[in-house]
Amino acid sequence: MRRFAYLRPARLEEALAAAAEPETAWLAGGTNLVELMKRGVARPARLVDLAGLEDLATITPLAAGGLSIGAAVRNADLARHPVILRDAPILAEAVLSAAAPQIRNRATTAGNLLQAPRCAGFLDPGAACNRRAAGSGCAARGGDGRDAAVLGATEACIAVHPSDLAVPLVALDARLRVAGRDGERTIALGTLYGADGASTLPPGELVRAVLLPAEAAGFAGHARYLKLRERTSFAFALVSAAAALRIAGGRIVAARVALGGVAPRPWRPAEAEAVLAGAVPTDALFRAAADAALAAARPIAENGFKIELARRVLVRALTLALRGTPARVPALAASPFAPAGEGARHG
Amino acid sequence: MADLPEPLPVQSAAPEAAEASIIGLTLNGVTRVVPLDDPRVTLLDLLRERLGLSGAKKGCDRGQCGACTVLLDGRRVNACLVLAVTLDGAAVETIEGLGGGGALHPLQAAFVEHDALQCGFCTPGQIMSALGLLAEEGNDPDPERIRAGMSGNLCRCGAHPAIVAAIRAVIGAGDRSEMPE
Repeated sequence: MRRFAYLRPARLEEALAAAAEPETAWLAGGTNLVELMKRGVARPARLVDLAGLEDLATITPLAAGGLSIGAAVRNADLARHPVILRDAPILAEAVLSAAAPQIRNRATTAGNLLQAPRCAGFLDPGAACNRRAAGSGCAARGGDGRDAAVLGATEACIAVHPSDLAVPLVALDARLRVAGRDGERTIALGTLYGADGASTLPPGELVRAVLLPAEAAGFAGHARYLKLRERTSFAFALVSAAAALRIAGGRIVAARVALGGVAPRPWRPAEAEAVLAGAVPTDALFRAAADAALAAARPIAENGFKIELARRVLVRALTLALRGTPARVPALAASPFAPAGEGARHG
Repeated sequence: MADLPEPLPVQSAAPEAAEASIIGLTLNGVTRVVPLDDPRVTLLDLLRERLGLSGAKKGCDRGQCGACTVLLDGRRVNACLVLAVTLDGAAVETIEGLGGGGALHPLQAAFVEHDALQCGFCTPGQIMSALGLLAEEGNDPDPERIRAGMSGNLCRCGAHPAIVAAIRAVIGAGDRSEMPE
């Protein structure tokens, strides 16, 4: 590990000034960054610890409705926050499907959204990786492609985005409050990710909060995250789906859909939402929506299985969402192996 | 098997090499002042190599096996992923702090009673993780929630069913009905 200078500013202005120096990384939970530093994949010269900035770790209602989720709110705290469980339980389900309790006790909201890909080429400093060193090539191309994207892959990069939390957040139109030395701005979460999934934030900018719009709460009663992985817990998604419905008079008034594990970014298939909007929910409708979501999918090497898997996971997520959000996140969060549970419903 | 433990970082010629810091932390209830000559030292290496507490184990050193689990400000974490330099003012509890006066902590006793270990390498991490689980989830005896809640701790000997039984016993749901046939 490269030696680094460690700073722990107490004020945002100090933090932003410190991060203006080159080769600086923000340190929050450290669960991803410290591992990358041990591997030699991340080699910052300076770490600016955000632990001294206390207003980053709170969840507060917004004046215009909706919620502000501080960038440094720990995953575990997000997943058990009463306002999240009331207004956006799908976020808790996604968070609890990720990593392990020890990791979730440290990892933060913005750190989760900005985590690095788990592509073996990216994680090996000796391998070619355009994402890590632009123009160096892609060691993953030519492999079996098992973990690669089936939607939105670029010439340069075929890795998928590893975040679970980002999937329902993108579906629910979350935005980010970003601070820089020139002031603050608000951007759509979807625009945080470039074509290859890397952050589009200029160096030195800091995510202060994730903003959840007021409309998100309208989906709370019919919103599920479903994740297929190679073991029941502590594994990244092969494919995952967030499905959120607003139902009235036996019809789908509005639908929000996003897929994980299939693309370099959390993937929001507008085509599927258009199929669902205004329709009477049926199995055939859900299959049509899933077909629309995956219509542009293309396999790379041996990952064609992901396309059919993603279709089925989306149909299942829509079916579960229609049935209603459970009052409590299942013990096996987001797992298709969780008992169907005919217990109490959300709300 | 994981890599062998890496040696402690050596002094380098980087510009900040002269930088040293002192952290004050509460370790198993005792206040300690610890000089740190290198910001790269993890909490795990601090405990094992510098403070003589070798209960927390270095399995993977990547946050994947849970053998290094300790409580940090009352919450279970992977000590291998925490930089010691960040811990000024923190409270850390390790397996060495459990029990007292020669008596076992109830979780330790339950692990013995239920034969919840074989080689024992993962056991300190399992017990500290179970302690964190009880703090997080209270006395929910649902075996599925315990299994999911302990999924950050691997046991290569395969003692997981007995570990779940030991935790249920401490909760007061003590029977072996969740043991596999």
